[in-house]
Amino acid sequence: MSSALSTKGLQKRFGSLVVAQDIAIELPHGVRYALIGPNGAGKTTLINLLTGMVRPDAGSILLGDADITALSAQTRVKRGLVRTFQINTLFPQLNALESVTLAVLEREGTSGIWWRRLPVHRDAIDEAFGILRSLGLADQCHRPTREMAYGEQRLVEIALALATKPRVLLLDEPAAGVPKEESAGLFTAIAGLSDALTILFIEHDMDVVFRFASRIIVMVSGRILVEGTPAEIAVDPRVREVYLGGVQHD
Amino acid sequence: MSIQANNPHQILSAGLGWTRLEIIFWLALLLPFVLTPSYLSLASQIAITALFAVSLDLILGYAGIVSMGHAAFFGLGAYTAGLISKAGWGEPLTGLVIAAALAALVGYGMSFIIARFRHLALIMITLGLGLLLHEAANSASWLTGGADGLQGVKIRPLFETFKFDLYGTTAYAYSLAGLFLMFLIARRLIHSPFGLALRGIRENWTRMPAIGADSQAHIRKIYTVSAAIAGVAGALLAQTTETVSLEVLSFQRSADVLVILILGGAGRLYGGIIGAIIYMVARDQFSGVNPQYWYFWIGLLLIAVVILLPNGILGGLSRLTVRWGGTWR
Ligand SMILES: Nc1ncnc2c1ncn2[C@@H]1O[C@H](COP(=O)(O)OP(=O)(O)O)[C@@H](O)[C@H]1O
Ligand SMILES: [Mg+2]
Repeated sequence: MSSALSTKGLQKRFGSLVVAQDIAIELPHGVRYALIGPNGAGKTTLINLLTGMVRPDAGSILLGDADITALSAQTRVKRGLVRTFQINTLFPQLNALESVTLAVLEREGTSGIWWRRLPVHRDAIDEAFGILRSLGLADQCHRPTREMAYGEQRLVEIALALATKPRVLLLDEPAAGVPKEESAGLFTAIAGLSDALTILFIEHDMDVVFRFASRIIVMVSGRILVEGTPAEIAVDPRVREVYLGGVQHD
Repeated sequence: MSIQANNPHQILSAGLGWTRLEIIFWLALLLPFVLTPSYLSLASQIAITALFAVSLDLILGYAGIVSMGHAAFFGLGAYTAGLISKAGWGEPLTGLVIAAALAALVGYGMSFIIARFRHLALIMITLGLGLLLHEAANSASWLTGGADGLQGVKIRPLFETFKFDLYGTTAYAYSLAGLFLMFLIARRLIHSPFGLALRGIRENWTRMPAIGADSQAHIRKIYTVSAAIAGVAGALLAQTTETVSLEVLSFQRSADVLVILILGGAGRLYGGIIGAIIYMVARDQFSGVNPQYWYFWIGLLLIAVVILLPNGILGGLSRLTVRWGGTWR
């Protein structure tokens, strides 16, 4: 069976800075992948490339068997390749329920309907509320997003992505800025998502990475250094070099 | 009204119904017929300007798309209505429909450019469109009458019964009805899934593609609707005054409607209406005293409102009136 998401020879430079150098990855269906590496390694850029928010200079991206390299960002989402953002990218004045309902309506293709009132779309609203409830946000979903606690806003990031019914979900530091005690809960929620879902998450906390990832990709300076199981990565001398030998990460 | 936090349907229905305040507001707009019968022509112009402001609110207040040249569509509607009546088709209602259709068509064409740009680029493009149409109408004086305006517009009585009289009774009734009907459409639209999508675009342009949204398609659609409504407003002016001057396409008109909307409160649907009433009544009062200072006071008012009431007069008012019958949305 083909992999859920794969790339060949992905290349990107910003001016003279090479941020993606010959990136080849293959994510099998249903696997929980962690993408780790020092700050500035090009992890976020890789997600931008995969999701079509940045165009690669060379290389190709396949979702299942289909080459999606030329597709727009929103078309990739419609095909099931969805991301969240390292820095909250939400709808500040919409409440969480409105935000997630919007994502459901966009997926259903009913967001262009202007002649019916929103409350008529009961199924979409129920679905959005169900997603928010599953993430523990049922009590907060009437509040404008910008008024929610930071950790709750991180969950809205994930709720928006889930509402698109992804097949491959790319989480860019989902717990960024969340206190360590809360981040475990957040990852438990992520781990509880459907097994059919292929997940790649970027995370700096090694305890979390080793607990929740079934495989790990290590990126350094725009290249993939090594890929393997947590056990393999833990003893890999090159990884130790990067993490213990002077290169800073936060 | 307290919202039950765990009933999602209640959360999304909140504020969508007609409030007491809204009903009183619309009934109050009938008062000029009895209270100030000698001001009905002014009342009609206010209703038309209010409708123009509502059309701008749909793109600026809801979708966050700035326009510095919205008079292009107002003027297009006005000239269309004027020209077809001059050509012998003086029936007002069909005139409105034709004017709206033409404005919508041009708006749809423009929307392909509009949907690709944001911020400063958008200001420049819409400004350019406004200037371009103004100059085109000025040059095509064989068609438009140029700086002298379009003469010889004759409108048939409304429903072949109500003549557009000197007192403006028919004019105000007609403009007010036009405003109300278009308002109903705008109101439904912003309460719909599409309205939610527009607010999504306004709130976060970057996130929209990441939830699979085709923002450009949404923008093309609302821009077309907005152009059509602006066209109706322009056509109403041409028909009720039986003349079209070059001023309908002027930058001044584009700037005024922007000021009116921001004063009243953008993104609230009623902001444009309240803004138009205050602005035009004040201008009418001032013009008797010292008209040359009008823009001085407007400038001052604009600065004060933006600093003290960032959500416009209506934004300030709504904080006071929530208790009294719900918010103005
Ligand atoms: N749009 C951009 N233009 C120029 N440089 C960029 C851009 N985006 C990222 N970079 C640079 O690319 C490098 C990789 O960034 P990023 O992918 O965000 O790293 P990471 O997510 O691994 O911390 C950094 O040096 C960053 O400054
Ligand atoms: Mg990053």
